[in-house]
Amino acid sequence: MTNVIIAGIGQTPVNEQWDVSLRELAFQAMEAAMQDAGGLRPNALYVGNMLAAALSRQAQLGVLLADFAGLHGIEAATIEAAGASAAMALRVGYLAVSSGQVDAALVLGVEKLSDQVPAEVEHAMAMASDADYEAEQGLTLTAQAALLAQRYFHEFDVPQYALAGFPLTAHANGAHNPNAMFRKAVKPETYAKAGIVSAPLNMFDVAPHADGAAALLLTRAELLPSKFAHPLVEITGSSAVSDTLALHDRPDPLAFNAARLSVERACKQAGIQPGDADFFELFDAFSIYSALSLEAAGFSERGEGWKWAQNGALAPDGELPIATLGGLKARGFPGGATGAYQVAEAALQLRGQAGGAQVNGAKIGLVQSLGGPAATAVTHVLRTVED
Amino acid sequence: MDIPRHWRLKKQRYALVGEVCEHCDAKLFPPRDICPECGEEAKTLFQFSGKGEVYSYTTVYDAPEGYAEQAPYTLAMVKLAEGPLVTAQLTDLGEQQPAIGMPVEMVTRLLRSATDERGMLIYGYKFRPAVAQAG
Repeated sequence: MTNVIIAGIGQTPVNEQWDVSLRELAFQAMEAAMQDAGGLRPNALYVGNMLAAALSRQAQLGVLLADFAGLHGIEAATIEAAGASAAMALRVGYLAVSSGQVDAALVLGVEKLSDQVPAEVEHAMAMASDADYEAEQGLTLTAQAALLAQRYFHEFDVPQYALAGFPLTAHANGAHNPNAMFRKAVKPETYAKAGIVSAPLNMFDVAPHADGAAALLLTRAELLPSKFAHPLVEITGSSAVSDTLALHDRPDPLAFNAARLSVERACKQAGIQPGDADFFELFDAFSIYSALSLEAAGFSERGEGWKWAQNGALAPDGELPIATLGGLKARGFPGGATGAYQVAEAALQLRGQAGGAQVNGAKIGLVQSLGGPAATAVTHVLRTVED
Repeated sequence: MDIPRHWRLKKQRYALVGEVCEHCDAKLFPPRDICPECGEEAKTLFQFSGKGEVYSYTTVYDAPEGYAEQAPYTLAMVKLAEGPLVTAQLTDLGEQQPAIGMPVEMVTRLLRSATDERGMLIYGYKFRPAVAQAG
């Protein structure tokens, strides 16, 4: 298959942007990605977004944003897969460009959450679950993650604070990311003292909702000039997998099977083993997701993913760097836009542009986004293009 | 408002009616028409006993809209005696601390309050500590 190049990336800071509208926020990232790609113009726009219809009463984001950005007449649509929306938009862009049907695709993740109060955002986020049989019972995604964590601690006899290393790693790395919501390392004592959100999860186990937009401009290698302003990154593996929508419908809720399958399939396509990746941008919307994602990807046995978080192995200079520019926890969790941030950050690592959080010599990155508790799992393998 | 939607779910919400697969005898809740165990069609109604035990639980403090007046509330996954897991609140706990493995039984309670003057009160299943385990 033709390899697809990420020719340009653009990101806005992740935070509460009261003075910026959804379209302005999106345009900042789109413009930055086009500029980063040397002015390359897309013939298609795929928007990853989860909640604009619910929180901004806006459908047809594809059209809105193509129109606003002056990209008249191009193909444009929205792709929704909850937290994996932008990752799924990347999957669609990847298929479009690699097929030859589209020469350059702009993949945009955008989410505008701060226009509504937190209770309404939490309610809207719960749309990722089964409306009739989960959300209607008063379930939130945070409470659902807590149910997973409670069972995990019980079933595998996991010590208290075993998950602390995930947010501590994310915060230490976020300090080096100018777009991160939280740019300050956190001490283990601070984690231990934090208020409980939904037992056993405390506020540091839960990534913060925020506004954000990130964009990726995809094209084929032969369409680019030979001299480019920055090192190029290509997509060598891409896979999207679904599981049951409701967590309670799975034979083993603690097994993120879609996450496992999408890693296996993306790595197989790329011709690598997961362990060949120099870092893993996993989906740490909740610290328990990190542990379960590490197990699903095959980095740990079942019930042992938490052990990675105990002794620095996840830091940029460790054995398996994760959340290298802050992850969802410190960079912030802009809903369906998140996957575009994860891939933009992975591209920075592979270009050698990740600053203080650089993983030395990073050539291969594994990036995974989840919709709900891995009801959707989308995994991409990225690689630095060698001259 | 969603009146037809809630009306359609009355058997499930009020009586825990799911399905049984005539091919492999798997009990299904919620109903899903294709048996996840054997892949055959499963459309025969089946009434669950309402007995089960707590698989996992947590407390919700930051409740979504419509649930705020019940907060904090205990949310659980309950393993029904017939096999399926369901997501539901625990209720009538009194001084009792919830625990994994705790025997529980289904009761009907208010799930969600009206969020505006024309909104609906939604009733449905919750689970309380089992009153009598013998028999």
